[in-house]
Amino acid sequence: MQIKESAKEYDAIIVGSGAGGGMATKILADAGLKIALVEAGPFFDPKDPKTQTQLKWSYESPRRGAGTTRAFGEFDMSWGDWKVPGEPYTTKEGTDFYWWRSRMLGGRTNHWGRISLRFGPDDFQHKSVDGLGENWPITYDEVKPYYDRLDKLIGVFGSKERLKNQPDGYFLPPPKPRLHELYYIKGAKKAGVTAIPSRMSILTKKINEDRGVCFYCGQCNRSCQAYADFSSGSCLIFPAQKNGGQIDMYLNCMVRTVTTNAEGKATGVSYINKEDRKEYQLKGKVVVLGASACSTARILLNSKSKQHPNGLGNSSDHVGRYLHDSTGGGRGAFVPQLMDRKTYNEDGVGGMHVYSPWWLDNKKLDFPRGYHIEIGGGFGMPTYGFGWDVSAMNEFIGGQVGGYGDKLREDTKRFYGAFIHLAGRGEAIARYDNRCEIDPNTVDQFGIPVLRFDYKWSDYERLPAKHMQQTFEEIFDAMGATVLGKTPGKEQDYGLLAPGQIIHEVGTTRMGNNAKTSVTNKYSQLHDADNVFVVDAGVFTSQADKNCTWTIMALSMRTSEYIIDQLKKQNI
Amino acid sequence: MNRRESFKTLLVGAVAGATIGTTTACKTDPKETTADNSTNNQSQEYYGRTPSELEHDVKVYAAEFLNEYELGTIAVLCDIILPASSTAGSANDAKVPEFIEFIVKDMPNHQLPMRGGLMWLDGESNRRFNKVFTACTDAEQIQIVDDIAYPDPDNEKPEMAHGRTFFNLMRNLTLTGYYTSKMGIKDLGYDGNYPNVWDGVPAEVLAEHEVDYDPEWIAKCVDQETRNVTAEWDDDGNLIT
Repeated sequence: MQIKESAKEYDAIIVGSGAGGGMATKILADAGLKIALVEAGPFFDPKDPKTQTQLKWSYESPRRGAGTTRAFGEFDMSWGDWKVPGEPYTTKEGTDFYWWRSRMLGGRTNHWGRISLRFGPDDFQHKSVDGLGENWPITYDEVKPYYDRLDKLIGVFGSKERLKNQPDGYFLPPPKPRLHELYYIKGAKKAGVTAIPSRMSILTKKINEDRGVCFYCGQCNRSCQAYADFSSGSCLIFPAQKNGGQIDMYLNCMVRTVTTNAEGKATGVSYINKEDRKEYQLKGKVVVLGASACSTARILLNSKSKQHPNGLGNSSDHVGRYLHDSTGGGRGAFVPQLMDRKTYNEDGVGGMHVYSPWWLDNKKLDFPRGYHIEIGGGFGMPTYGFGWDVSAMNEFIGGQVGGYGDKLREDTKRFYGAFIHLAGRGEAIARYDNRCEIDPNTVDQFGIPVLRFDYKWSDYERLPAKHMQQTFEEIFDAMGATVLGKTPGKEQDYGLLAPGQIIHEVGTTRMGNNAKTSVTNKYSQLHDADNVFVVDAGVFTSQADKNCTWTIMALSMRTSEYIIDQLKKQNI
Repeated sequence: MNRRESFKTLLVGAVAGATIGTTTACKTDPKETTADNSTNNQSQEYYGRTPSELEHDVKVYAAEFLNEYELGTIAVLCDIILPASSTAGSANDAKVPEFIEFIVKDMPNHQLPMRGGLMWLDGESNRRFNKVFTACTDAEQIQIVDDIAYPDPDNEKPEMAHGRTFFNLMRNLTLTGYYTSKMGIKDLGYDGNYPNVWDGVPAEVLAEHEVDYDPEWIAKCVDQETRNVTAEWDDDGNLIT
């Protein structure tokens, strides 16, 4: 099979069209660069009625929203989930890792939770606080201008709270709390837990002519046809095209390697076209990797050459190392005060209107880093699973469990909307031994060697999970709710979810000033090849107790402008 | 229409579904497909399927698992679990047996418990009344159902344990099928899934609860009157429009 080369040379080849790749596309195309955007999945536009799931009813599907073909339910807008057919990954014996991939234009930004939190000053310099992990080579003050511009460009609602390490931004106004959220606020206050309006990239107010304002269907995970939530396609890539950007999209194209020359500099990428299963090459002055932390690590590790025998950017043997995901734990409760209530529309925005940022001082605790709490509940649209074991709730109110007929119909209505769910999302410590590497024995259906994960939690993650459960129970108690299920004990890692399940994987190409202990410099530029950049969460030196997307985009914006500057100065 | 007849209609529906699936797969304009909002819309394209998902649906529709006899028993059980009320139709009216027919093919983990459970039920019915469950009188059916529809914390009837497990599955699938149907959603009172301008919990609902909006909190929240005015901020990040 002959590899087909393209004669055209691009100014930049961007790999991946999610948060990082989308932002790079926007900044570089707006600056007039000729761009190739390479995405492993097909085209997707939230506006396209053919693929839309927003505002569909459960009964429009024979399986009523069940997760048979999509792990988070069949209306969730992610093509691909923990499994992608023909593209496996493996784990080292005795370890566990879950890896979510969305194969579509915009990637995982089409279905993500839209929780948009800035990292704070401590988050960039956390080693200086507790001696663990590594400091970032940059500070909050260096990233702040990019967060500020990001807020205005994309739109994020929230409120000015002036809390330590939870920087405020240029916020749109938040929606009012729902009823179960008012009970949460009350319980949290009693339990000494801070509760504030959530911070999410959903337009509660107009920001420009290209995007609509939220119409409160509560379905951001289905991707918004009005472009009122942040998805990379609708908010970055399409506007860049509309702006006259010179962008060639290579869709259904899976990058195998970054190609390099005798000097070790990148010359472009080699990819498999999934439609004809043939290999092609693109030439570019700069290669920008935004394939996701693990996919970018995979491409680099597979890019072996005489000049880069250990994989591109991997002279330090650090590519794939320091992989870490947020920690996660959750708990549900029954809220008797919410029984028998009159139904009304409380869809609201897609997700929570209220949340709790980390509120304690770790110096007084037996674990080093914090977590935040996300709140769920309310009158949702029934989908597959609705009504499951509903009569069991009678146990809490002295009613008859079980039964059938009119009694069952009554039970279903009485308990509808009477539940609340809390989810803790915390910071793991990045460790040298937690990694992804190339599996020596396995290739995917395109012949590309796949990743093997080797990841274990430590007590730095287990102990906060234990604390989460205690906090949930205190809040439930304080709000008069009845906690469901047993407190997960030590043998269940205190309810700590498996690594990868929170889908915040970061750290595989971490940035640093020392080329021996990091993969990129502080501009996300490979130490080993100065025309290769990483714009996904791979560059995170540490994850905060915050979701990673807002920081991915702020850094991608910063790196993209650095690329423009370096090209102008002819440094790369 | 008696239960057997409604069941026959149901089978025809399932087969027709497969045909519809094949023919709509190549349509490009979703407006051409009939969104009849029936409780089991079988024009798969209408709910945003990828090509491989469409193929999957066609396959599942075309497959057969539960036979006519089994579906007849399911239809009887469905209407015992959710008979018509004064304001809403029964589980059969909401086509719940049709949903169950589909879902056990879509989720093979339900197949053995469903098939085995139905056999258990006939076995029990034969022991008690010397006939299969569907041939029993209403009173006889209820006699068995009453023994398997409730928990047995004191283990008074351990021989009914397997029946209880089966009935639990039937009850769960019936509730899910019913309350995700158009009829069930209306009966439940879910009010949503349409564009609106949400502006907080209705005052009359708040008045019935021990919580209230904190004026300081609400002052930070969106003023829906100005939602269409383009956002501008001062240099300190204060919204000024």
